[in-house]
Amino acid sequence: MNKESNSGIPTDSEVILGILNNSESVLKRLYIAYFPMIFQLIINNNGDEDDAKDVYQEAIIILYNKVKTGDFELSSKLKTYIYSVCRRLWLKRLSQINRYGGDIKDFEEYLSVDDETEKNNERDIQFNKMGDALKLLGEPCKTIIEDFYINNRSMQEICESFGYTNADNAKTQKYKCLQRLKKLFFQQK
Amino acid sequence: MSDDQLLDTIEKYLNGEMGKDERARFEKLRNENADVNSKVAEHKHFTGLIKQYGERLELEKRLNAIHDEIDIEVLDNELRIHPSGIVRLWRNHHSKISVAASIAIFAVLCTLFFTGYLSNRETNYAKLRGEVAKIKQSTDQLNSQFNNLSHQRRTNTNSGKFRGTGFAISSNGYLVTNYHVIEGNDTVFVQNASGDSYRAKVIYSEPQTDIAILEIKDPSFKTFGAIPYAFKKAETDIGENVYTIGYPRDAMVLGPGFLTASTGFKGDTTQYQVSTPVDYGNSGGPLLDSRGNLIGIINAKETHIDGTAFAVKSSYLLKAIQDIPDSVKGSINTNSKNILATLNRVQQIKKLQNYVFMIKVNQ
Repeated sequence: MNKESNSGIPTDSEVILGILNNSESVLKRLYIAYFPMIFQLIINNNGDEDDAKDVYQEAIIILYNKVKTGDFELSSKLKTYIYSVCRRLWLKRLSQINRYGGDIKDFEEYLSVDDETEKNNERDIQFNKMGDALKLLGEPCKTIIEDFYINNRSMQEICESFGYTNADNAKTQKYKCLQRLKKLFFQQK
Repeated sequence: MSDDQLLDTIEKYLNGEMGKDERARFEKLRNENADVNSKVAEHKHFTGLIKQYGERLELEKRLNAIHDEIDIEVLDNELRIHPSGIVRLWRNHHSKISVAASIAIFAVLCTLFFTGYLSNRETNYAKLRGEVAKIKQSTDQLNSQFNNLSHQRRTNTNSGKFRGTGFAISSNGYLVTNYHVIEGNDTVFVQNASGDSYRAKVIYSEPQTDIAILEIKDPSFKTFGAIPYAFKKAETDIGENVYTIGYPRDAMVLGPGFLTASTGFKGDTTQYQVSTPVDYGNSGGPLLDSRGNLIGIINAKETHIDGTAFAVKSSYLLKAIQDIPDSVKGSINTNSKNILATLNRVQQIKKLQNYVFMIKVNQ
C-alpha cells in the first residue's frame, strides 16, 4: 500500500474490501471521510455532537454488518447510502423524542432506506439483550463465556487463568454458565 | 449421554475437531435423532449470537477510538449554520430583552395611569342637548293645577322637553340641526327670534356626522325669504374669527371666538375645534366666519376645558344635503350668494337672526 491510498477518502470498492479484510486503516479513513457530512446534518437539525456520533456509528455498523454477511449491493454512491441511512435514523430518533418539527434541512441527496434500518433494529435488540444477559450472569461465568466464545481462547488457557484443577471441571463450569446465559437471554422480553 | 457431554460433542462437531469416523457417526446420529439435530442448530445459533455481540462490541471500541481523533470543535465551527444576527441576539439575550420590555410596558402604563390618560375621557365630551325635563315637569304640574282651577283648556304651546338650535338652509322651508337633538323624533317644533313657530318633520338624518335635515310642514308657513349667508365648501383656516348664535336659553345668545383646530374631538376630521362659549342648547347652531359664510354646525363641547367646542364642517352638511333620497327631497337650493360679507357683526346678526331657530323636541 502506498502512502497516498493511506489517507483521504477511500474509494467505494476499497471500503468493501477493507471491511471484508478487517482493515483498520480503511475503517479509519471511511470514518473520517464521511463524519463531517453527518455531523453537519445532525447539528443543523436539532442534534448535538453526541447524537451525531451515535447516529453515524450506527450507520457504519449497519454497513459493516451488511458487507460482512455478504448482502451488500452498492446500488448508489457509498456517500449517498451513508447519508440516507443516517438521515432515516435521525428522523426516527427525532420523532421518538418529539423534537421533530416537520422538516429537515438536507445537505445531500438521499434514497429511501426503510428496511435497512428495520433489520438493524432487530440486531440492536439482540445485541442489547445479550449485553444485559451477560451482565446478569455475573463472574466468573461472564469471563469464561467471553473468553471462550468471543475471544476464542482455548479451554486449557481458561482453565489455567481460573485455577481449575483440570480441564473437565472448567468445561462443566462453562456449560453450566452457558445454560444460565441461555435462560437469561430468552427470559428477557 | 448427559447434556454436558452432548454439548461437548456438538461443540467439537461444529468446531471441526472430530476425526473422520467420529464425524460420520455423529452425522448419522443427527439424521436419526431429531432432538439432537435441533440441539445442534440451537447451539450454533446461540453461540453465533454471542460472537456477534463480541464483534459488535469490538467494532464499537474501534469506532470510538477513531472518533476520539476527530476535532469536533473545528467541525462545529465550520459546519454549523449560524442563524442571523437578530435570532442570535434573541437566543443569547432573550431573558434580558424580556425583562427590559416588561419594565418599559410597566413604566408606560404607570405614566398613563398617573397622568390620568386612562380615566374615561368620554365623560369629558358632552352633547349640548338642552335637558329641561325637570323644569318641564314642574311647569306641567303648575299648568294642570292652573287648568283645574280655571276649568280652561290648555293651549298647545309645545314648549318641548329638549332644546337645541337649528338654521335654515333654503328659503322653501328646509332646516338643519344636530342628529342628537332630534334623535328618536319624527316631528319637532321650531321657533325663530321673532317668535314665529312652526311644526317641522325630520326628513333625513346622518348619525355618523351628527346631521339632521328638517322640513317645515305647517300651513302657516310661506317662505323664509332669501337666505343671507352662503355655505362655504372649502375648509376654513385655523385662527379665523368665527361666531355662533344659538338658544342655550330662551333668548338668542351670541358666542364669539376663533377656529382653533382643523380636527375635532380625538382627531375627528369631520369637525373643527373652536374656542367659543357654548352651552347645552347650542347644539345645531350655525358657525359663521367674520364675513358671514356658514362654515359649520356646533355640536359638542369638551366639558373640562372652558370654551372648547366642536363643530361639524360645512362640507359634510353640503354632502348630507346631496345624500337626501329623492323620495323625500323637494328642491333644496343652498345659497351661494352671501349678502353679509360687507356688513359688521351687529348688522349681520340682525339679518340672520330670523333664520336661526330654537328646536323643541317633545319626547
